[in-house]
Amino acid sequence: MTATRFPHGADIGVRGEGPTLAAAFAEAAAALSASVCDLDAIRLETPVAIECAAPNDAVLLFDWLNRVIYEMAVRRMLFSRFETTIANHRLRAVAWGERVDPNRHQPAVEPKGATFTELRVERRPDGSWLAQCVVDV
Amino acid sequence: MDISGLERLGEDAWRIPASGRMRVPAVIYADDVLVREMDEKVREQIVNVAGLPGIVEAAYAMPDAHWGYGFPIGGVAAFDPDEGVVSAGGVGFDISCGVRTLVTGLPRPAVEAVATELADALFDTIPAGMGATGGVSLDDDEMNAMLAGGAAWAVERGWGAAADLPRIEEGGRMADADPDAVSPLAKQRQRDEMGTLGSGNHYLEAQEVTAIDDAPLAAAFGLNTGDVVVSIHCGSRGLGHQIGSEFLREMAVAAPAAGIELPDLELACAPIRSELGRRYLRAMRAAINCALANRQILTHLTRGVFGRFFPDLPMPLLFDVSHNTCKEEWHTVAGRRRQLYVHRKGATRALPPDHPDLPNAFAATGQPVFVGGSMGTGSAILAGAPRAPTAFASACHGAGRRMSRHQALKLWRGREVVDALARRGVFVRSRSLRGVAEEAPDAYKPIDAVVDAAVAAGLARRVARLKPILCIKG
Repeated sequence: MTATRFPHGADIGVRGEGPTLAAAFAEAAAALSASVCDLDAIRLETPVAIECAAPNDAVLLFDWLNRVIYEMAVRRMLFSRFETTIANHRLRAVAWGERVDPNRHQPAVEPKGATFTELRVERRPDGSWLAQCVVDV
Repeated sequence: MDISGLERLGEDAWRIPASGRMRVPAVIYADDVLVREMDEKVREQIVNVAGLPGIVEAAYAMPDAHWGYGFPIGGVAAFDPDEGVVSAGGVGFDISCGVRTLVTGLPRPAVEAVATELADALFDTIPAGMGATGGVSLDDDEMNAMLAGGAAWAVERGWGAAADLPRIEEGGRMADADPDAVSPLAKQRQRDEMGTLGSGNHYLEAQEVTAIDDAPLAAAFGLNTGDVVVSIHCGSRGLGHQIGSEFLREMAVAAPAAGIELPDLELACAPIRSELGRRYLRAMRAAINCALANRQILTHLTRGVFGRFFPDLPMPLLFDVSHNTCKEEWHTVAGRRRQLYVHRKGATRALPPDHPDLPNAFAATGQPVFVGGSMGTGSAILAGAPRAPTAFASACHGAGRRMSRHQALKLWRGREVVDALARRGVFVRSRSLRGVAEEAPDAYKPIDAVVDAAVAAGLARRVARLKPILCIKG
């Protein structure tokens, strides 16, 4: 399972890869968090439940990342661990994190929204899953 | 960008003739170097925009154009009210992100004498960066009043002066905004974010006027060589982002039923006359008011800090411009006056002199245009060109990035950037050194090349050049 970022002109691409669709979604959210600060700096203090549903898995990734961004914004939190399950284009998750501490976390950017740019959710020939899109920051 | 297939219209303008799905040509304003340095995606995106239903005249890309969402950033397109569409991606996520500039009348030495203390005081007072909250929390009634009232609402609540309002687009209050078209989630996201700067490329800078290019215009704008101005760059914060995301999704899902084929989902749009299109426009206008109110509160906070160091300093507002909007405007197309819906995504309105929408103060000069640069390379003040407006009276909005944040992080360390800038007399305050590295001066295109191309193309006139002294980043 990996969470990586890829370049985009002015913003940041986030990519999750894992053995299952749910794992790839969890890693994509971790990549989103890593665009803000080092994941190791985020303490796993508070769980936040998130649910969303969409007509297909690609839009579900868009919705999922936007829900994470929303929870980050209104709770003033950063998350680093995501426990996800997905069935029939419906996602249930618990995001673990803590309140932003500007001095300790030094957030580099504030994610504005997930986008449809470079949006891909697909199963690879080896059976693993990829979930990615560009996030406006 | 591969320039094969581009017709050269002049030194600083290129045309992609209409072909395939394009309904109108695409025009790119850039010199030979800038156009070649542009991402191939700019070409792909401006061609896609030229194929949207109801587009009028041409799809335009400004000299600072770069890869955006559906529209390139630096994209301008106008649509017929009956046949055309409105696009959430064509406006962008940070609705009405913009710049306002305040005139201090202080000479640089006066600011330099207190530079460190002033930078620290601004940094302590201006909420910036992720997780920051303003000192303002809005209940439901106040949220709705703000969304309907914009900067005028802020002035009524004591943030700034009535004299500021004529110096803001739309007189500080965007008409036909509908708070009820804004979702509860968007309002919740904004509840504690009024009067916050944000992060990324947003900033508050004290800048020296280092050169005057047009003395009469500069005098009319109150600008003198060696004087200090303050510029604030930010937008509609979480509310605008939430509206952008929600309508992008809704428009993408609804497009097939509306008979709209989208070559790129980011181009998601809705007919202007549809319920969805009208609802988006009402919500977007409310977000414009949010941005205007936000910059108004930040202005009040900034004046308060300067007032501690320079008592009774009035700091009048020169002007406030927005970059990410769709506005109903009248333009002459092929000799006929037409009402159009003009999208500007990362582009500034640049009204010519005597335009009826200009405040009286700028009737003779044309609209002030602020082009934000990087922390090291400075910014520029322009004015709307006097001849027939080009690209629906639009101009560039910034230097534009020339490399990704990813690449910038590989090249620079934040502490080194801060120290190097301090040695050059630019004092940066930010809670995020990584953020500073991502915003390093050389991560942006040279602003002079962008502005020169805009001026040569007739989009605007040069007025003054600015160099940062203090920079507050999120």
